[in-house]
Amino acid sequence: MKKTLLTMMIAGAVSMTGAAVADPAIQFDAGGKFDKSFNQSAYEGAERWKAESGGSYAEVELTTEGARAQNVTRLAQRGGDPVVVVGFMNEGPLNEVAPEFPDTNFAIIDMVVDQPNVRSVVFKEHEGSFLVGALAALKSETGTVSFVGGMDIPLIRRFACGFKQGALAVNPDAKVIENMTGTTPAAWNDPAKGGELARAQFEQGSDVVFAAAGGTGTGVYQAAVDEGKYAIGVDSNQNYMHPGTMLTSMVKRVDEAVYGAFKDGTEGNFSYGIQALGLAEGGVDWALDEHNAELVTPAMVKTIERLRTDIIMGEIEVHDYMSDNACNV
Amino acid sequence: MDSATFILALMDSAVRMAVPLVFAAMAGICAERSGIVDIGLEGKMLAAAFAGAAMSAVSGSAVLGVMAAIGISIAFSMVHGFATITQRGDHVISGLAINFLASGLTVVLGAAWFKQGGQTPTLSGDQRFMSLDLPGAEWAAESLGVVGQFYDKVISGHNLLVYLSVVAVALVWWVLTRTTFGLRLRAVGESPHAVDTAGISVAATRYKALLLTGVLCGFAGAYLSLAQTAGFQREMSAGQGYIALAAVIFGKWRPWQTLGACYLFGILSALEARMQGVEIPLIGTLPTQIFAALPYVLTVILLAGFIGRAIAPKAIGQPYVKER
Repeated sequence: MKKTLLTMMIAGAVSMTGAAVADPAIQFDAGGKFDKSFNQSAYEGAERWKAESGGSYAEVELTTEGARAQNVTRLAQRGGDPVVVVGFMNEGPLNEVAPEFPDTNFAIIDMVVDQPNVRSVVFKEHEGSFLVGALAALKSETGTVSFVGGMDIPLIRRFACGFKQGALAVNPDAKVIENMTGTTPAAWNDPAKGGELARAQFEQGSDVVFAAAGGTGTGVYQAAVDEGKYAIGVDSNQNYMHPGTMLTSMVKRVDEAVYGAFKDGTEGNFSYGIQALGLAEGGVDWALDEHNAELVTPAMVKTIERLRTDIIMGEIEVHDYMSDNACNV
Repeated sequence: MDSATFILALMDSAVRMAVPLVFAAMAGICAERSGIVDIGLEGKMLAAAFAGAAMSAVSGSAVLGVMAAIGISIAFSMVHGFATITQRGDHVISGLAINFLASGLTVVLGAAWFKQGGQTPTLSGDQRFMSLDLPGAEWAAESLGVVGQFYDKVISGHNLLVYLSVVAVALVWWVLTRTTFGLRLRAVGESPHAVDTAGISVAATRYKALLLTGVLCGFAGAYLSLAQTAGFQREMSAGQGYIALAAVIFGKWRPWQTLGACYLFGILSALEARMQGVEIPLIGTLPTQIFAALPYVLTVILLAGFIGRAIAPKAIGQPYVKER
């Protein structure tokens, strides 16, 4: 009994010192931390924690697909705590690595990993996409709006499905064109192809395009500028990139997720299990700022805010593509 | 959208997609016809794309950007020449080294200079090449029927580099087949000893050929970052240098045939962007993967059976050693 107590004290002391000296660590996903989108949002969250706490953190950018497990292992071995891995592709690697470091806290963003020492942060992208889809349909003069996805995966289909539902909610006759950039991670970083897809959609009558495609999105937004159409950004608030043609952005608070994991981990308040962040939790939203204020009329704001309240109150239920891998709306 | 509009839009898109391939393939022809294997087209394009975007971002001028792109591409080309002509090294290894060097150097320098993780700032206005409307395009579309619409939709409305790419093909064809220099260039690729016997320097001719390669690759890279998109992103050449090499073989090392091959690849890419999720009568919606794989499948099929034997220049890849 005495021995157990001693062990517990030692363990407690170790974990306390561990908490005191351990720096958080983060692995950014393919696309890189300056993709102006998903990863950059994660980066901003990490930087915010750094500025507020005065601490430092270790980071690694993914360069090859095969290096995921290796990177995460290295971050954990070097004493990173918590280790935050950004991106759904890390599901397999984290399932492998997390049990090897039972005393390290892990967090994964955009995917659920069922391990006792892992926090899984997922977003209700369909809810945020619903709002920007509604705004797109309100703004469109042709009645046709479009979507460019990055890699063809259920998560991106979830964006597309929410967008479509939103557009149909305000205009039941709206036509929604959907395209995916590719089927490999290279699809997150192909602005030339993104631009070409957007142009093809404009030719088919679309005048508002929503891109959920990481770095590929920059090509989509540029095509919108060149062709005089509207574009909707994703993940980070991208309104500033092209004021005048960026209608809005579907903001996904990856920064909050990273900031929260860093803060909880270093202060010893880390929690585990699934955090699902939707409109109600402030995890997703649409962006209105000085860069797009001229494009959005007060009537549009009113409609979107009403839809938002309805979703939060449960009066509108946005279908989640990932619940049944189908978008029958 | 009716089928005529669809086909015109498809061709318009194909022209845009094919431009980097056209420049790079012409660069490949110049090098290969002189006996130098140039697998480093990819790296030169990437380095040129970076140099062009970096110079344009700093100076605010797309023309200066193109000049920087050409400059860096020539420099890489000369390194390849030094390794393969003067030092008689292995052509493939030198080319691969250039690809790796470009892939790493662009990101490292970009990260150090612009602090955006290897990207350059987004370019706008005079920092890029914008589309030009050719004279009479609107009038032709209204009054000349299909021909006029073809002129308006497919030929007009591209940026300067797109038109230059066609000029480049004509120039390469003219130089190779109608000038003394071109004759010598082809001769060193087939039988360097004969050229040497005639008192012409094999090394100098090959260096000149690589100079042309450098200039053309510079244009290919500049198109990627200054015209097709607005800024440099890491690995943005995305294997197009290799596809250009395939186009060279496809076109049997001849400029106009190679141009055709480039446009064929362009049409396939354009189809991929347009046929996603489109209902096809009787078949239904095809999965997007089919269209993504189509260029590769077609290349294999066409190379295997339909274009006949492609015969490379005889002395390709062999370092020239003067007899003692």
